[in-house]
Amino acid sequence: MSHGPARIDFRANTQQVPPGMPAAVHKATTRFLTGRAALVEILGQELWQQLRQAGHDLRLHTLMHLDHYLERAERAMTRAGGHVHWARDAAEARRIVLDIAEQHQVRRVVKSKSMVTEEIGLNQAMEAAGIRVVETDLGEYIVQLAGVGPAHIVVPAFHLSKEEIAALFREKLGVDAAAEAQQLCQIARQTLREEFLAADMGISGGNFLVAETGTIVMVTNEGNGRMVTTVPPLHVAVVGIDKVVPDWESLTVLLKLLARSATGQKLSCYTSFISGAPRTGAETGPWELHLVLLDNGRSRILQSPECRETLLCIRCGACLNICPVYNTVGGYAYGWPISGPTGAILAPQILGAQVAGALPFASTLCGACNEICPVKIPITEILLHLRHRVAEGDAQEGPVAPAMLRAGARVGAVGLRTPWLYRLGSRLLKRVQTRFLRDGWLPNLPRPLNRWTMARPLPAFAADFREWWRSRTPEHR
Amino acid sequence: MAIQAQLFITCLTEQFFPGVLRRMVTLLERLGVEVAFPEAQTCCGQPFFNSGFRAQARDLARRWLAVFGQTDGYIVSPSGSCVDMVRHHFPGLFPPGTPERQRAVEVAARTREFTEFLVKDLRVTDVGARFLHRVTYHASCHLLRGLGVREEPKRLLAKVQGLELISLAGEETCCGFGGVFSVIYPEVSQAMMEAKVRAVTESGAEAVVACDAGCLMNIAGGLRQANSPVRAMHLIEVLAADGDPP
Repeated sequence: MSHGPARIDFRANTQQVPPGMPAAVHKATTRFLTGRAALVEILGQELWQQLRQAGHDLRLHTLMHLDHYLERAERAMTRAGGHVHWARDAAEARRIVLDIAEQHQVRRVVKSKSMVTEEIGLNQAMEAAGIRVVETDLGEYIVQLAGVGPAHIVVPAFHLSKEEIAALFREKLGVDAAAEAQQLCQIARQTLREEFLAADMGISGGNFLVAETGTIVMVTNEGNGRMVTTVPPLHVAVVGIDKVVPDWESLTVLLKLLARSATGQKLSCYTSFISGAPRTGAETGPWELHLVLLDNGRSRILQSPECRETLLCIRCGACLNICPVYNTVGGYAYGWPISGPTGAILAPQILGAQVAGALPFASTLCGACNEICPVKIPITEILLHLRHRVAEGDAQEGPVAPAMLRAGARVGAVGLRTPWLYRLGSRLLKRVQTRFLRDGWLPNLPRPLNRWTMARPLPAFAADFREWWRSRTPEHR
Repeated sequence: MAIQAQLFITCLTEQFFPGVLRRMVTLLERLGVEVAFPEAQTCCGQPFFNSGFRAQARDLARRWLAVFGQTDGYIVSPSGSCVDMVRHHFPGLFPPGTPERQRAVEVAARTREFTEFLVKDLRVTDVGARFLHRVTYHASCHLLRGLGVREEPKRLLAKVQGLELISLAGEETCCGFGGVFSVIYPEVSQAMMEAKVRAVTESGAEAVVACDAGCLMNIAGGLRQANSPVRAMHLIEVLAADGDPP
């Protein structure tokens, strides 16, 4: 048995955030949020809230009848000349794609941006098999050159400056690149054009999968998605089973919500619909189309009534943009390609609490994510449930919190629920604190309270209300 | 008959801001409210609930409900997040159809955060306070998004004589407290707190007001750390002011 993925240490990761990251992240997220707010204003709050509710309801309905809609999508896709594969987990999905590549002697692959292939580590697997994989979304291309993952689920390289990107291009592409946006785009465009023309296979994800016609829907802004899915002779789309929508009417609701929430656009520059392989000589496109439907823990998430709404997510990134924690640390701290609040609820369920149990705690539960989510995922409720899973275990997993911590919680609860112990504790704290007191504050406390004072001093323990209350004459009460 | 209020003092307010509680009693009595203090109360269990320890949270909730379940009238607290815990999380700790669930729902329905109690139940916005300072307001997350209390604190502040209310950039952005978050991820909490303290300082206010002991511990500590002259105050302290230096 191979070793599983390493435990995600959010705290350690946050200490490696580059100094410029928070400001760059904040600048970009502010731009998206401002654009979004303006478009919501145009629609009006009432209509926007109706759309959110409709989006939530139709996504939940689809999830509750997922088998029906997936089989429908499979039939429609097969009728349209596509090949449908079912992948139980990441390893199976990687094997399916590698098998297709092997059958067609694929040496070069171009990809359009896809979070699900990040989730299954497809690039690494293909590179290990000697296949050249090139990301063609500009942001993904940049982070691929830099040898890192996406820092944001919609805009993967948004934290890098023009100067940093120019330096990267000079180093990795051997070109003379100035820190000028248009020139950098031109360089990427020229380099990628060669890649498109030479590729044996295009790999994409899919924002949605319309069940009634088996149509893969892609929402992009750069046109690279169309090149990936039409220029090479072979197209493989990897799509999570959660991406299915019943019909085109449902799709219109979600498209309205997605671009507005993601980038503050009414609609993205390109919305592509791929319905099967070419059926007549007059039609263009790749000769072969494969759809890999990935489960990878999703059907297990579906079984948890408290957590299943995790799967409503349409990966718009709005919760990242609004999240004060994400804005402080950026995407890499989450240790998984899908970051921010939605990553914090998804990762522990896909990777397991043992690996990603730190992430549900990487939130102040401020609730801004709940309010912005276009499909009304109750993110903080799910975070709370996952904390419960970590601390005590639930129907899906046993507890992973250290036994010491659990014992501490039991002892602490006895102290807090027993009035005389509670009052004794209040008095003791006031007495014990004296040698740490400086000018009415506690600037430096021993472990474990140093976890507070390392960031800011603690006000002095000062409980005296009960005495004051009792000292008041009865007629004052 | 006078309106009754049972004080739900909350553990953090009791430990760190007892002056807020004394002023809360004085204010409520001045408004004609009959104030009672169930002395057997301890903690509502929110720290356990937010850490995932539901068994312990349930234990504390059960106790809290036993104490307050015997009382009559409103249950009033100076802390939005504790009221959010009682109102939105207590019922779910007990299985549907059980007497405990029933009691949790009943008690939750008469639990109020201080500013909503004043504005919505007592229908009072002018408490006759006088505070001759520039003040800015930080919206505590659970008060704002948990309880939906957005305008009430500002309506109360607007009626304070001599008070100049200054808007705060990022008023509705979390200060980085987050309960257990502040000690699990102290570095991130600190960075968020520092951003809040910067906004407060840059606002030009002499005092920043909030309605939750957690946020106040965090922001007050941050201001002290930064050697800022700005004071962090509970709204109740402002409402109890009579023009003299607090």
